Amino acid sequence: MYTVEEMEKIARLIRCDTLKAIYLAGSGHPGGCLSAVDILTALYFYKLRIDPKNPAWADRDRFLLGKGHAAPALFAALAHRGFFDISHMKRLRLHDGMLQATPNLKVPGADFSSGSLGQNLSVGVGMALAGRIRKQRYKTYVLLGDGELQEGQIWEAAMAASHYRLGNLVAILDNNHIQLCDDTRHVMSIGDPEEKFKSFGWNTTSVNGHDIPALMKVFDDVPDQPEGTPTFIAAETIKGRGVSFMEGTAAWHGGCPTEEQMKQVTLELGGGTL
Amino acid sequence: MIANRIAYGETLIELAKEREDIVVLDADAGKSTGVLPFLKVFPDRYIQCGIAEQNMVGIAAGLAACGLCPFLATFAVFTSMRAVEQVRNSVCYSNLNVKVTGTHAGLETGGDGGTHQAVEDIAIMRALPGMRVLTPSTPNATRKLTRLAAEKHGPFYIRLGKDPAPEFYGEEELFPLGGSKELRSGAEAAILSCGNMLSRVIEAADLLEKEGIHARVLDMYSVKPIDREAIVRAAHETQGLVTVEDHVTIGGLGGAVAEILTQYAPAKLTRVGLEDTFGRSGIPLELYKLFGLTPEAIAEAVRELLK
Repeated sequence: MYTVEEMEKIARLIRCDTLKAIYLAGSGHPGGCLSAVDILTALYFYKLRIDPKNPAWADRDRFLLGKGHAAPALFAALAHRGFFDISHMKRLRLHDGMLQATPNLKVPGADFSSGSLGQNLSVGVGMALAGRIRKQRYKTYVLLGDGELQEGQIWEAAMAASHYRLGNLVAILDNNHIQLCDDTRHVMSIGDPEEKFKSFGWNTTSVNGHDIPALMKVFDDVPDQPEGTPTFIAAETIKGRGVSFMEGTAAWHGGCPTEEQMKQVTLELGGGTL
Repeated sequence: MIANRIAYGETLIELAKEREDIVVLDADAGKSTGVLPFLKVFPDRYIQCGIAEQNMVGIAAGLAACGLCPFLATFAVFTSMRAVEQVRNSVCYSNLNVKVTGTHAGLETGGDGGTHQAVEDIAIMRALPGMRVLTPSTPNATRKLTRLAAEKHGPFYIRLGKDPAPEFYGEEELFPLGGSKELRSGAEAAILSCGNMLSRVIEAADLLEKEGIHARVLDMYSVKPIDREAIVRAAHETQGLVTVEDHVTIGGLGGAVAEILTQYAPAKLTRVGLEDTFGRSGIPLELYKLFGLTPEAIAEAVRELLK
């Protein structure tokens, strides 16, 4: 068990290591990684029933990173949780490295691949259904980006999850309000995502996506039931959270910090592990 | 005579009786694809996805990632095109154990017309890394190849038509992955077909036989991996090859055979199929006449090849 203070420190380490890996790789998506870090920390260091010594444990909770471009943050979380050595992150996005731009099933602890937006909620529906068919009690969590909700397949999956009463499925929205080109509301507004999921038959709630105790509570409040209403959690987040020059701007959806900027990162976050 | 899709549905029921991991996914096409009977026998393992083919593929991927063996089926035009990116990124990219079935492939779909007649699906599926492509020609071949797909881990595309198909194989015939079946021996020309074209090819060979032309007939039921040895042998032992498919001549069986010939055994090749065009509404037999897929047209292609 980790204390809240320990998790907050882990979150800073994950942020720092994520940015260092992107810096070494020369490319990546730092903004969307940083907004997801506290959610990932609360999941991997508090909520998920997982065993780093046994990544293929059939009864483990599943986690799917729908917005696959945030993979470096997931990789850092997995490494700190003990699934693999953090030094692999030095070879992010390189031909001879284990860690590619997006997650895949060859990464210990990764439950699925992603990269093309909009597909992982459907996969989550399948995983939740598999749990029912095989009478297993795991939960399936899917992290979605707000731009990702513009993909039509998301709503096909939302229909199916409600139709099949997948109480063991939890969708979490990393609602940082910014996508590649601009604010999400300017690119393609979808209105209130909570209202949308509610109208599709989900239980919905919202949370400050950077408040680890609040995240812990909202995860605990999800009913533990294989059959019932699926849960949608809108996590209000800030793109680029944790680094002052990256916060709240579309400019850091994609990009790579300079050496000078990495010094600023170290000043603000403290050093990482890499 | 029964349709291959009916044999497919029957086989899934048999498989599900033997194995608990067999599940079927439907996109409100089960009445057409042949899988609706499965629902009555195994309601808990039948997942209706509604008219949402991309979601169906994603759900199948999630099921497979958690240890099940999903067979999904809908019209070939939807499995191979509307959902191709999901097949690629959610299934093939992770080498998942998902069996993708497209029915109503080719002109055989008839009255539903060009929008519903997949004539490009072999080309598309063949290009996906790790995807195997099977095109059973008869009900017994369908039964055996459906079982093959269940037995071998990893993604498969099973292409089926719509109409009843004559049977040329016994119940115990074996269909290894990457193999082919020689139904006529002959040293003057080789006619290679896949799927529903087999009966027309055999009729063509019989027509040619009456003229003293001995044509070899090869059922290339496995288009990927393909039987390279059989193709090379035909190239070396006959004067030329003709491929026949209810598919455009680009990228399907004809394309696959051409790749082997250019690389391993240069030989004359004529590809018979749709020539860079969509299908259209019509009665299948009349469509085959219109698009040049009759026994007479196939025999004529062989005669031309041998000139």
